[in-house]
Amino acid sequence: MMKILSGLENKISDAVVMSGRCMRHSFRSIDTLITVAIMPIMMMVMFVYIFGGAINTGAVKYVDYIVPGIILMCIMSGAAYEALRINNDLTKGIFDRFRTMPIAKSSILGGHILTSVVFNAVSSLIIMLFALLIGFRSDADILKWLLIIGILLLFTLAMTWISAFFGLLAHSAEGAGVFSYILLFMLFISSAFTPTQSMNSAVRAFADNQPMTPIIEAVRSLMLNEPVGHNVLTAILWCVGIIIVAFAASMQIYKHKTA
Amino acid sequence: MNDQFIIETKDLRKNFISKSKGKKKIVEAVKGINLAVKKGEIYGFLGPNGAGKSTTQKMLSTILSPTSGEVRINGYDLAKQPQQIRQSIGYVSQAGGTDSMSTGMENLILQSLLYGLDKETAQKRALQFTDRFQMSSFADRLAVSYSGGQRRRLDLALGMIHHPSILLLDEPTVGLDPQSRAYLWDEIRNLKEEGITILLTTHYLDEADKLCDTVAIIDYGEIAAEGTPAKLKDDIGADSVLLGFGDINTSKKSGEILSKEIEAQGVKVEDKNVHLYIRNGERELPNILRLLDSNNLIVESISLSKPSLDDVFLKHTGRSLREDDK
Repeated sequence: MMKILSGLENKISDAVVMSGRCMRHSFRSIDTLITVAIMPIMMMVMFVYIFGGAINTGAVKYVDYIVPGIILMCIMSGAAYEALRINNDLTKGIFDRFRTMPIAKSSILGGHILTSVVFNAVSSLIIMLFALLIGFRSDADILKWLLIIGILLLFTLAMTWISAFFGLLAHSAEGAGVFSYILLFMLFISSAFTPTQSMNSAVRAFADNQPMTPIIEAVRSLMLNEPVGHNVLTAILWCVGIIIVAFAASMQIYKHKTA
Repeated sequence: MNDQFIIETKDLRKNFISKSKGKKKIVEAVKGINLAVKKGEIYGFLGPNGAGKSTTQKMLSTILSPTSGEVRINGYDLAKQPQQIRQSIGYVSQAGGTDSMSTGMENLILQSLLYGLDKETAQKRALQFTDRFQMSSFADRLAVSYSGGQRRRLDLALGMIHHPSILLLDEPTVGLDPQSRAYLWDEIRNLKEEGITILLTTHYLDEADKLCDTVAIIDYGEIAAEGTPAKLKDDIGADSVLLGFGDINTSKKSGEILSKEIEAQGVKVEDKNVHLYIRNGERELPNILRLLDSNNLIVESISLSKPSLDDVFLKHTGRSLREDDK
C-alpha cells in the first residue's frame, strides 16, 4: 500500500514539474497569447459590431448568441498550440531525454495535456470577461454554470487529444498545425455564428449533425437559461467519444514513434 | 557476468521494421553486439553514419528496447531494472534535447526536480553546474540564443546533474568549432578523472584516437574490431603507403602487380588509389617505385604514414571512414 501511494505521489509530482515547464512556455510566448485570446476577441468584436446586425438570431441578442462559438474557437486554437509543442519535443530529442530519466512515463505527455487544460481555462475566462464588457449577460444559475464548465472541459480534452495525435504524427511543426484549419472550418459550418436554418439544405444537414453544433447549442441554451433538450447529452457523448478515439490513436502512435 | 565491467551486453540485437511500397522489410540495425566496458574508462564507438552506434546507445539508455540479448549496466539488468539504470546514467543525444524556449538555468532546475531533488537543492545544484561548466555568462538567456558550443555545455551539464556514474554521449562534438571541441574534450577528460565511465559514439577518427581509452569499430551493426587505439594500430603491424594514380585502370593494374611482387601485409585498391600495408615502409618505398616504373605505371602521388585508425577501419571493413566525411 505504501509503495502504491509513494508511486502515485511520484507520478503526480513528475506531472506537476512537467506541467510547470509547459505552462512557462505557454504563458511566455506572446504570439500564443495573441492567437489564442486576442484573435477570438477580435472575431467577437467583428461579428458583434459588423456582421451581427445582418444575422437573424430571433429574440436572442447577437453577443449572447456568439459567445459559445467564440469560446470554442479559443479552445481550438489553444489546443492547436499543444500540437506544435508536442511535435517540437518529439523532433528535438526532448522526449528522448526524458525517457532516459527515472520519471513516470505518463508525465511526459501528461504535462502537455494538463497545461493545455489550464491554459485554455485561463484564456476562456479572458474571453468571458471581455464578452461581459461588450454586453454579454447570462441568466444561468450556478448549477448550469458548473455544467457549462464541465462541457467546456470535456471539449478542451477532446481538442487537446486530437492535437496530441497530430503533434505526434507530423514530421515537422509546419505539418502539426494543419489540422486546426479543418477544425476551424467545422466551427464555421455549425451554429456558432449563424443559425443553421439559414443555410442551404445540404450544408445544414452537415451542420446539424456534426459535433460542434450540439456542443454550441448545449452551452448556449445553458447560458441563456433555455430548455436544453437532448443537446447536453449529445455534446457530452461526442466529446467523450472523441477523447477515447484520439487518446487511443495518440497512444498507438506514441508507442510506435518511441519504440 | 563480471564486476570489473560497468556496462556489459551479450548478443545485443535490434531489428526495425521498415515499410516501403507497402512491403514490410526487417532491417537489422544491430546484429549481436557483445560489450564489456570497464569502470572509469572512455569507451568509443567509431563508425560511419548508420552503422548502429546510436541505436546501440539508445538501447543502453533505455530509450529503445532491444529485440534480443542481455544488457547489464552498473549491476542492473536492463529488462528488469530500467529505473535503476536510468538513475545510474546520464544521456546526451545528438540533438541534445535541450528545451530551447527555457533558459539554461531553468533547464538545469527542471532536470534536477525531475531527478527528485527539492526546489532549494535543485536551485543550488543548478548554480553549481552553471559555474562548473562555465555557463554563468549566458545561463539566464533562453537556450534558443546559444551558440553550438554553449548549447553543448548545457547538454553536458543536464546529463551530469544527478551525478550519474555513467555518461552516454552521442556524437558529442558534431558541428562544433575547434575551440568548443577542445573545451568539450577537456571536460570529458575531467569527468573521467572524477571516476565517471563515458561511452561515446563518434565518426571522427581523431576523437576516437585522442580521447578514447578503448575503441570499438562498428560497421553494419557489428563490432569489427576492439581495443586501445594504440593496440589497434599496432595490430596492423605495418606502415601505410598510399599511392595515387591517374585513373582506375592504372590503380587496378598496379594493385595486381604489387600484390604479386611485394611482400606486403595487405594491398587494397580504392578508386584511383592503392593502399599498401608494409613493414619498414621507408626502406621498401624505392623498390615499389622501381617495380611500378618498370611496368610503365605512372605514380602521381605518394604518402607514407604510420597507421591511423582509418587504416584500422579500412583493414577491418574494407572501406575508408574518411569517405563518409566528405
